[in-house]
Amino acid sequence: MNRGPAVTPDHSLRLRLQEGPSKRARFVADQTSTANQWPADAAPYDLISPARKRLGWALMAVATLGLLTTIVLEILYKTETDTIGFETWRPVVYAYVLWGVALGIGQVLTRGEDGQRALFLLPALLFTIAMVIFPTLFGFYIALTDWNLSSFSGRKFNGLDNFWQMLGDPYYRNALFNMVLYVLAVLVEYVIAFGLALLLNAQIRARKFFRVVFLMPLMLSPVAVSWMIGKSLMEYRFGPAATLARHLGWENPAFFSDPITARISVMILDAWTFIPFMMIMLLAGLQAMSREVLEAARVDGANAWQTFWQVTFPLMLPVSVTAVILRIIFKLKLADIIITVTSGGPGGATDSVSSFIYREYRDRSNVGYGTMLAMAYLVIIVVFVTWLLKFANRFVRNVN
Amino acid sequence: MSVQTTEYTVSEIRSPASFITSRVFIYGALVFWAFICLFPIYWTITTSFKSAVDVTQGHLIPFIDFQPDWKGWRSLGLSPDSIFQTSTVRDEFFKRFMNSVITSVGASSLAIVIGSLAAYGLTRYRYHFAWFKNEDISFFFLSQLILPPVVLALPFLVLYREVGLLDTRIGLILLYTLMVLPIVIWIMRDQFNSIPVELEEAALVDGLSIWGAFFRIVMPIALPGMVAAFILAMVLCWNEYFFAALLTSTDAKTIPVMVASQTGSQGINWWSMAALATAAIAPLAVIGIALERYLIMGMTAGAVK
Repeated sequence: MNRGPAVTPDHSLRLRLQEGPSKRARFVADQTSTANQWPADAAPYDLISPARKRLGWALMAVATLGLLTTIVLEILYKTETDTIGFETWRPVVYAYVLWGVALGIGQVLTRGEDGQRALFLLPALLFTIAMVIFPTLFGFYIALTDWNLSSFSGRKFNGLDNFWQMLGDPYYRNALFNMVLYVLAVLVEYVIAFGLALLLNAQIRARKFFRVVFLMPLMLSPVAVSWMIGKSLMEYRFGPAATLARHLGWENPAFFSDPITARISVMILDAWTFIPFMMIMLLAGLQAMSREVLEAARVDGANAWQTFWQVTFPLMLPVSVTAVILRIIFKLKLADIIITVTSGGPGGATDSVSSFIYREYRDRSNVGYGTMLAMAYLVIIVVFVTWLLKFANRFVRNVN
Repeated sequence: MSVQTTEYTVSEIRSPASFITSRVFIYGALVFWAFICLFPIYWTITTSFKSAVDVTQGHLIPFIDFQPDWKGWRSLGLSPDSIFQTSTVRDEFFKRFMNSVITSVGASSLAIVIGSLAAYGLTRYRYHFAWFKNEDISFFFLSQLILPPVVLALPFLVLYREVGLLDTRIGLILLYTLMVLPIVIWIMRDQFNSIPVELEEAALVDGLSIWGAFFRIVMPIALPGMVAAFILAMVLCWNEYFFAALLTSTDAKTIPVMVASQTGSQGINWWSMAALATAAIAPLAVIGIALERYLIMGMTAGAVK
């Protein structure tokens, strides 16, 4: 086989990797929309009687009115302008759920088949909006208040004070800097994961056994892992890892006492749990690669190293980028291990942003300031991830 | 199959010696990494059978290095001799364990139901909500993946107190559902995309309604994908610590919170910690071994096409 035919599957693979799902989804949707113009399907539109439509509208109106009344009543009760109301805001939650149900029924009643289609999306949409939009907006408000749960004064609006305090907070800056280091560690994890994926993709016996074993760390809860490895295996006096380090000539194997070693230890702990995640994605990429390309390279006289760098690696780039980006997104949430193993120590050196804010709340009950830190982090993350996605897109396009 | 044989011949032609070296290297690396993956688990399980002296002297191999004892499990009330006696620790452990089971199963189920429906709608129909189109809605759902728990944690702490959901399992279930929903939608969208539309078109012609076609035709085909998404969601919920630590105190505490709260007070009880950690990881280890195929299917959804 020569190079010619080998290029074709390679090319199509690249195309599919880049723009597979979205293009396909659009195609599928278009097909259905033409299908919907069939007479058999068009009939229900005409069958909705005005009475049914009126019923639907009335239902939705009543539900909306009910929800608004509940909210207004609750606000009045809480501000002590009237005495009819409930102790907690929970009835508002029930009212919202009922409103959602009524909205769904109303959609079907007024819009027939179109309403039935909307019904697929509504539950998830209403759920996510209620759970995300409102708390986030509320969070931005809390961020602008001086609110310490342990003080008696309660919540006080203090404008941008928290923001200015944040700019001068060396511990927060340090936590942000740590996040940069932790994110950079993803590259090392990627190299190891790629190596493992190549190993699993080689002609080996007991592949399934090794795959299950390699996947194991991902299943274990980070908290248990923190204890198993961080607190016990890496125990200074008698943990096996410390003993091994002493045998290897490191006289004072304290994994968590000086800032740099402690950071590296945290990275290792985190890597141990999450390398399998990237490994599995890369393995799937390797298995989807067409064998003909590799074979062609080999026939052309490329050695294993050349085959890897000039064929496998470029072909794997889209999968790699997806794996690394997903991993970075998970890495940005890193907290459990740090909270349980070092609780930020020594002296805040290992703190991630999440663990720092966690302690700000847990130890100091400083809700207002903690929320400001969290909201600032959210903005940084959104900007960073958006940039990352753009950059990755361009990177993949340029290399291929 | 034929491809694999060619590969063997190509490498064997090169030279038998280099073939053997590469074999040795590959298996050496595999065994080395398997050791790295398994040793911490092995260490934890054996430690739960050790006494204090065995821990401090770093004994490793049971029966040769040290005499195993039910010490750790007795302190949990789970050893053979204490299992029929009353034990407050065991009661607490089972309470936490049930909390974990209920929250993770509940959240995964809820996420699967609403996530599959949304994913199906998004792959099959075109929506317009005001100026939002399908792509925007998909992006809205998937972008929740970026949201770090810490951003939601404090607002939810306050909200849940107002709503009376603090320290309840329902509260945790709702949050966990939110956490895994993007992943479920991601996996299920991939699943539904791989099912040909012609099947549903035939069903519609045969007189089934849209929802009828979904339940009778599409659901059975997409079931493996649902299982995959469910298991992945289970794993994430079971291991979740951040929200559970902040939002629960006595009633709804989950296993990870219990594990984390054991350390610290009056030094570490090595054996009981090890027993607790073993009990905490055991269910997922079993799931991982038994349902590995689905886990991999869930993780690789959408990555490779």
